[in-house]
Formats: sequence, structure tokens, C-alpha cells
Amino acid sequence: MHAITYETPKSLDEAVKLLAAHGEKARPLSGGTDLLIQLRAGTRRPDFVVDIKRIPELTRISFSLQHGLRLGAAVPCIEIHENGDMRKYYPGLTEAAHLIGSLQIQSRASVGGNLCNGSPAADTTPALIALGAQARVVGPKGERMVPVEGFCLAPGRTVLQPGELLVEFQIPAPERHCADAYLRFIPRNEMDIAVVGVGAALTLDMSDDRVVEARIGLGAVGPTPIFAAEASKSLIGKTLDAAAIDNAARLAIAASSPIDDMRGTAEYRRHVVGVLTRRVLAKAAERARQSDQR
Amino acid sequence: MASDQSPEFKVIGTRPVRPDGIDKVTGRAKYGADYALPGMLHGKVLRSPHAHARIRSINVERALRLPGVKAIVTGADFPEVKGVMAQVGELIVNTHYLSLNVMARDKTLYDGHAVAAVAATSKHIAEEALELIEVDYEVLPPVMTAEEAMRPDAPVLLEELRTRLMTHRTDPGSPEGPDRPSNVPGHIRFERGDLAAGFRAADFVVEREFVTAAVHQGYIEPQNALAVYGADELVTIYCSTQGAFNVRTLTSSVLGIPEGRIRVVPAEIGGGFGGKTTVYLEPVAALLAKKSGRPVKMVMTRAEVLRATGPTSGIKARVKIGATRNGQITAAEVWLAYEAGAFPGSPFAPGAMCTLAPYNIENLRIDSFDVVVNRPKVAAYRAPGSPASAFACECVIDELAEQCRLDPLEFRLRNASHEGTPQPAGPAFKKIGLVETLEAIRASDHYRAPLEGPSRGRGVACGFWFNGGLQSSAVVNIHSDGSVSVVTGSVDIGGTRATQAMIVAETLGVPVEDVRPVVADTDSIGQTDVTGGSRTALATGMAVLEAANDALAQLISRAAKLWDKKPNEVVFAEGTFRPADGGAPPMTLRQLAGRLARTGGPVVGRATVNAGAVGAVGNAFATVCVDVEVDPDTAKVRILRCTIAQDVGRALHPAYVEGQLQGALAQGIGWALNEEYFYDQKGTLRNFGLLDYRMPTCLDLPMIETLVVEVPNPHHPLGVRGVGEVGIVPPMAAVANAIYRAVGVRMAELPMSPPRLLKAMLATRAEPFEEQATAAD
Repeated sequence: MHAITYETPKSLDEAVKLLAAHGEKARPLSGGTDLLIQLRAGTRRPDFVVDIKRIPELTRISFSLQHGLRLGAAVPCIEIHENGDMRKYYPGLTEAAHLIGSLQIQSRASVGGNLCNGSPAADTTPALIALGAQARVVGPKGERMVPVEGFCLAPGRTVLQPGELLVEFQIPAPERHCADAYLRFIPRNEMDIAVVGVGAALTLDMSDDRVVEARIGLGAVGPTPIFAAEASKSLIGKTLDAAAIDNAARLAIAASSPIDDMRGTAEYRRHVVGVLTRRVLAKAAERARQSDQR
Repeated sequence: MASDQSPEFKVIGTRPVRPDGIDKVTGRAKYGADYALPGMLHGKVLRSPHAHARIRSINVERALRLPGVKAIVTGADFPEVKGVMAQVGELIVNTHYLSLNVMARDKTLYDGHAVAAVAATSKHIAEEALELIEVDYEVLPPVMTAEEAMRPDAPVLLEELRTRLMTHRTDPGSPEGPDRPSNVPGHIRFERGDLAAGFRAADFVVEREFVTAAVHQGYIEPQNALAVYGADELVTIYCSTQGAFNVRTLTSSVLGIPEGRIRVVPAEIGGGFGGKTTVYLEPVAALLAKKSGRPVKMVMTRAEVLRATGPTSGIKARVKIGATRNGQITAAEVWLAYEAGAFPGSPFAPGAMCTLAPYNIENLRIDSFDVVVNRPKVAAYRAPGSPASAFACECVIDELAEQCRLDPLEFRLRNASHEGTPQPAGPAFKKIGLVETLEAIRASDHYRAPLEGPSRGRGVACGFWFNGGLQSSAVVNIHSDGSVSVVTGSVDIGGTRATQAMIVAETLGVPVEDVRPVVADTDSIGQTDVTGGSRTALATGMAVLEAANDALAQLISRAAKLWDKKPNEVVFAEGTFRPADGGAPPMTLRQLAGRLARTGGPVVGRATVNAGAVGAVGNAFATVCVDVEVDPDTAKVRILRCTIAQDVGRALHPAYVEGQLQGALAQGIGWALNEEYFYDQKGTLRNFGLLDYRMPTCLDLPMIETLVVEVPNPHHPLGVRGVGEVGIVPPMAAVANAIYRAVGVRMAELPMSPPRLLKAMLATRAEPFEEQATAAD
């Protein structure tokens, strides 16, 4: 491992300047739970590491029923789990953040880092996709909003240009009878990477139990996290019965394109996309129906 | 059953706190990676990225010019070592191949094989230097499984190998088959009776094929070594090992220097399970230290541990067993092939000797093969060879029990080995406790509790391991304040310091807290073989008992001298010496200890043993019962409950005995469900970390229930058999048999990971994997 310059900017402006000045040679550091491993393994070799944990915009959670959620990209997962609004209004995203690694890892790892690492198996990304989250990106040329499902380009590659920094996620406030859920499959019960992850968010019309809005996100079953658009659309206007759920599950499988690797075979992963889609829709629907009791 | 307090003993059978416990939980215990010396350099190993390649040339010039680099060694720096089959502790080691494994010469034989090593002033400089070493490889096709390697047209790993047929474990064997290079250096066969007649007498015959994956021991602490090469040509090595004397002998043969010039200081050890009974870094660090003139420290990364240190063998097996309708086994035919890794020396012989050892079978043939493949050379792992072959046979036994409509424990009891039953390799068992373990499970709360609910099943299996004896030395020092130290050469893995202190306390009648156990280096104690083969409590325990008795006899003489009596006129009981005639007030050991200077000087008890004969009959059996629940949609297996009954002879410290049983079962469950190496088509290891080499975590296991069965070893003064290993033998088959009862699928391949199990479940349901919706939907 070679020598690295460690920078600790205190403002967004300072961070963007540092990142822009060093371009490809710089890498932002949030919790470091991916980056440090990549440094040791030699798969990333930056000369500059820019620690972004001292920048206010990146480390705060702000929520109101009027304006929805702004979640700083470097907020550690454990703070999400400890936040009452997050647990109440975004239980799916919260459970995804609470599944990553161990409690020690969750004290370091962030949702923003999870996305910027560009892994198709990131647990929080399908949950963000289900919630229709937008990523606010700031760079030398100004800022832009990127829908999370368009953020990753390939394993380890994202839309971020040299000098650009992911600042926060913006997620609309939940409507009545709206809820999300996230499930993943791992062979063990902790300390594992998703073989398949499925996030779903549903809004129900309680007068006739029809689906008003639905979004399904898939993880670990393609080169990037996937928004299962057809599967999501198939549910809208339908009663959430077994046939509708089955149809959505099969469309979710159709949206996936997994490979064989040490975490599972392609045929197994496709099958489990169906299993988890059914389970996660049932779970989200259950939560949506009970969301009055919030 | 073990009681915490046996009437025969005051200390043995109790559960005192371990003497090394506080240092370990407060982080003060010194492990190999904690050692540092002034002027020390850091060593790193360059490892082959190819599973099979010829080394055309190695150029270290650029690396040597990097500032901070002090020495580089390659295969050219190591002496040629002749092929000697050396008995080193419980291992039979071919020193030639050991040397080639420590550092490759003309060929690299697995991904991770050491090719060169650098010593530099920091480990980062050493790592950078590795990238500057230029190795020209001619890449050759890799051979990754026993099945591939045994094909006549398979690429050959080692041109000089020919197949040899052996009749016993240490037999050099005689040539078998054509005189041409082979990847199968060893074949062992045991047979008796009339196989054909045996199968004719059977009402049911079950014949199945099995495959098991190679699995790693998974010790927490990676290998490490710190070597000092003195100007006086004396070498000192600090390292994490299960046997300091082993390291001395093996380093001596690899470097061609006399054992007497090497001192090995064993550090605290963070797990071994058999994997730390050989050497990897020690000779390399010593050679770098010699070349640089400075101490050199080397510590493996986890990736290096997984790429380059020995797992145990994956195997392929064919098993055919016949039984009569009333559950009598009539014949068994077993064929086993063990992957040895890059060099000969898999546990193919013990695998053959242990499988079916629980059963009395008149007509039997077992063939077992040692097969070289382009994977790291295997090392010992808990009951080496037995778990994989037991998996195969115990699954077939379960199927036969089902065909006979017998409870699987009842079927085993009808055929169970007992005193006098011939083992597969021939000799008859002495007193053993297999039946007692089967009965303990049958009578357990677990086995008697009904298991209800869908997709749930219960399975049982049993297993055998020899246990070992070997050599040990012990010294017991009586200090003037009445405290006692006990010095041995046995590295403490499973709480053996605690049991040694207990044996001394029991013998001398002193509080166990007053006995300080010490693990000495190779210059400070007599030859002591590895902590392995379940031998330490048994053999070192014998030496400690004899040394304590030796000290006691001397103490009695001293008391006699003070009272002007003969030694046989002194009575020792409950820690107190008294004259038999009551003519003087009694003396405690502490009071006597204060008077040693006036009665002839210090008292030191000593003993050495070769416990071979005692260990050879310390045979251990275990029976395991497991309840599982299988997710019908994802095939993920949850272990609901598991219980192990094991014959331990005598539990010296029941808590540490239970810990050994639980640890063995936990490792067995990992082996059953998820542990495997993923090599790509080029033979490159893909899962070289503990994220994707999936050992169970504590959330994957229920509390493991233990039934400590005590059928004392009649040849051991305390009845000890040894406890460390046999518990890992039954779990894989017990889990497989439980899965069968849960979902109706007989798994023939380990691990029974979700993708593999779901495929089998869907095949029996005649369902495909779920495919995508068609447009018409």
C-alpha cells in the first residue's frame, strides 16, 4: 500500500474544490467500510482520500410531513435506525440500513457510501429505488438531481464525474396508507452480502384495497440495482390479491439478469426474486394497511 | 454422565476459572503478531497468481533497488531437501514436498503458492517490492478435483509420482499399475470376509455417490513468525503454532540446519484445529533474517491464509452397504478419493480407517486414494479424514435404517461396535463407549421431544476418531511460599493449562489458584509433541500427573527427614503431611515448602511419557442429533436444535470439555451448510475472505446441547480419552439426514447450500426453477 494524503474539508464548497483539483486521484471517504478494503486489496489506489464526515449537509437527517426526507449521504446507518421518524415513515429503508454488516459496521457505513460504491448488491439501494429517492449531486459545474435507479452504471461505476460529490437523498413524504419494506436473502443470518434483495413501496386506496402507487427495486440480480418498472406498473389499479402479486413477481424475475457466482447461481437468484417479491409486497401491504396507527 | 463433583476427586471434575482467561479478555495476552524486536524488518510473500505454472525465471533486481528493501529470497536460496518420510508428531511428512510447499522451485502448483519473499523496513515497502519482482510463468492447465485428476489423460502435477498400494498407514507401499506419472500417489485397501456373499445375504442394498467440499479450519489468528538469526548461527523463532517442537523439526529439515541450533518460542495461539501443525512462514522468516542480519517478522493476511494454508480434503466417495430385513449389516464396499492439494499427503488412510468403524461388519472392502490437485496442500483439521467419509457412510446407514423401518438409533445399536469388534483396519477395539453415546441420545430430552411443523426434520449420525498419545514432558516446581508451577511444552488451545493446574492441585492437595501452569519454549522443556490428536489432556496430563507424584514423593522424604522418620512413616492426605505415629504436629504443604532449603534444596518433580499405547486405545465416539427447518421456497436451512453425546473417558474440566464438543459441532454445521472454496476456471480462488467463505456465526446456531458420556479409558490413570476431535465427525450426515426428513431430499453433496438444496428439492417435486413471466401473462 502506498502513501495517501488525507483531507478533512469542513464545507461542501471546500470538498468539491479538493475533489475537482485531484480528479481521478481522489476518493471521498465516508465510513470507509468499502473503501478501506479496496485500498488494502489494491483495487482502488487513490492518492487523496477526502473525508466527508465533517460536512454538515452530508451528516444530517431532516424530515417533515410537509417536505419529506433529506438524508445526508454520510449519515451512519445506525443513526437511521435510531431515528424515530425513519423507523415510522420509512421502515423498509431503515431495515435495509440495519441489515448491513454488524452493529459495528452500521456505526460507520452510510447509505450514500452504499450507493457510491456501485455494488449491485447494496442493501439500501433497492429500498431507495422503491421510495423514488432522488440523489442530489454537487460538483464544480453546479448541482443536479439523479434518480437513484439511474445512479449506477456498472459494477463499481456510477454517474459521478471527477469532482462530483453525492450530498443527500431527497424522498417525498409518505402519503396515507403508504409503506415500504425490504427483504434480502443471505445464506447465513448476518455478516453476509445479499444474494438477492427486493425493496417495495406501496400506496393503497383503503376504500377498495386497490394499489394507487407501487415501486419495486431489485438488488444483486444484475450489473446494477434495478427498478422493476413493469412489475411495479402491473400492480397499479389492482387489488393486491395472490394473482396480482404472482404476476408482479414474475415480471420482477423478467426484469432481473443475474449471473452465476460464488454467492448463488443465476437460476437460484431468479427463483428467489420471485419468492422475495411476493414476501416483500405482502409485508409492505400489511404495513400500508396499518399505517393509520402511525 | 459427568457430574461436576466426582467422589474420587476434589478438583478434577470442577470448573475453576482458566488461568489464561483474564489476560485474554483484557487483551494483554501476547499472540504472535504482538511480538516486536528492535531493528525488526517486515517480511511479505509473493504468491503465484496461477494454479499450475512452470517458473521460467524470477528477476528481483528492481525490487532489491527499492529503498528500504533489505533481503529477498526465492526457491534458489533454499537447499534441496531429499524426500524423507518423517514421523513428526502425528504427521507423516515428506520433507522434500514440505520444502517445495514453503517455497516453489521450478513449478507453482496452486493459486497462492509462495514464489519469493521480501524483507523491508516497513510492510508497505515490502508489499511495494513484491510488485517489482518479475516472474516469467509458463501457464499450465490446472486440475482442480480428485475426479479430474484421476483421469488417465489428466495433466500431471508431479512427474515423479507413481501409484503405490499400501496395507497400513505407515506402509511405504509397493508399486501399483503401470510405471507412468500419476496424480494418485497413494492407494490403501482394507478388506475382510466375502463381499459377494455378504451382499447376497442382504435384503436391502443401498449404493450412493457423494462429493464433499474442501473446508478450512477457520482459526481466528492468521499464521505469523518472527525470526532472529544470531551471529552465533542460533535461530530463534516466535510463532503461532500447535507444536513448537514440530516447528523446530520441520524448519530444521527445510533449512538444512541442525535442530539443536533452533529455539522455538510458542506464542499464545488464536486457534489451530490442526492447521497449525506444519510450517509456512517460519523457514522463510529465518532465511530472510539470515540474509538481512536483522529480525524478520511475517504475518499472513486472511487472504493468504485462505489461498495458501492447508484446508482439509474435499472427497469423492462411493458407498454400497447391504442389510437384512431385521437391520443386520451384511456387507459394505467403500471407495474414497481424497484431494491432497498440490503434494501427496491427504488423510486418505485415516479416512478409510474411521469410516464404518462404528459398525461390526463381517464382509468389508474399503479402498482409499490420495490424489494431488492444484489446490493448497491440505493440513490436519480436527479428526483428519474421518468427517468426510463418515458423511458418506452415515447417509447410507440412515437410508438402510429407513428401508428396514427401524429407528436410526436402533439400527445403529443393532450393529454397534463394542469391546472386541475388529476395526476396519483390523485390530479389535478395547473398551469403547459408542453404545453409551447412542443410548444417551435416545434417552435425551431432545430425542424424546416431538418435532412438529412443516418442513422440519430430525437426523442422527455417529462418528469415530482414534485420538492420540505421543510424547510429552512435564516439570513441577515447589516454590518456597507453597505455590507450585507446572511447566510443559504443550501449547494451550482448549484450556489445557487449566486442566494441568487441576491435576497438580488434585495430587498435591493445594488450591488450584496456587498452581501456575507455564508453556515453555523448546530449550526449556523436554520433547513435547503437538497439541493435536486430542492428546494433550491425555498425554501431557499423564506427564503432569507423574511429575506431581514425583514432587510429592520428594516432599514426603523431606517431611520424613524433618521428623527423623522413614518416608513410609509419613502419611499424606488432604494437603497435609503427618507422621504415622502422630508423634509430631502435622505440616501443610506450604509449611513444608518453607523448609526445603534446610532439607536439601528445592523440590522439582519431573516426568516424561510416550503415551502411544494409552492414546491408541483412547478411542472416541460421538453421536449427534439435529433438528432442522428448511424454507420451502429458498431452501435455507435453519438449525433448530442440536445435541451431541460424546464419550470423553473422563471430563477433567467439564466446561472446557463441553466447549470442545460445541466447537466441533459448530464447525461441522458450517461444513454441512455453507463452507466451500470457489475456484474459477483458471483455478484462481474467488472467495479469499470470511465474507464469502461462509462459516456459521453465532446467529446461525442454537445453543448446542452436550451430553458428556464418561466410559473411562482403562489404560489412563485418570480415565481420559481426549475430547477435541470426534465431535466434528457426525454433524454433516446428521444435518443431511434431518433435511431428508424435512423435505424428502437425500443430499449427496456438501455443502448443502441453498442453491444446491433448492435444485434438489425442485427436482424431487418435478418443478422447474421459477422462470420469468411470458408476454401473454
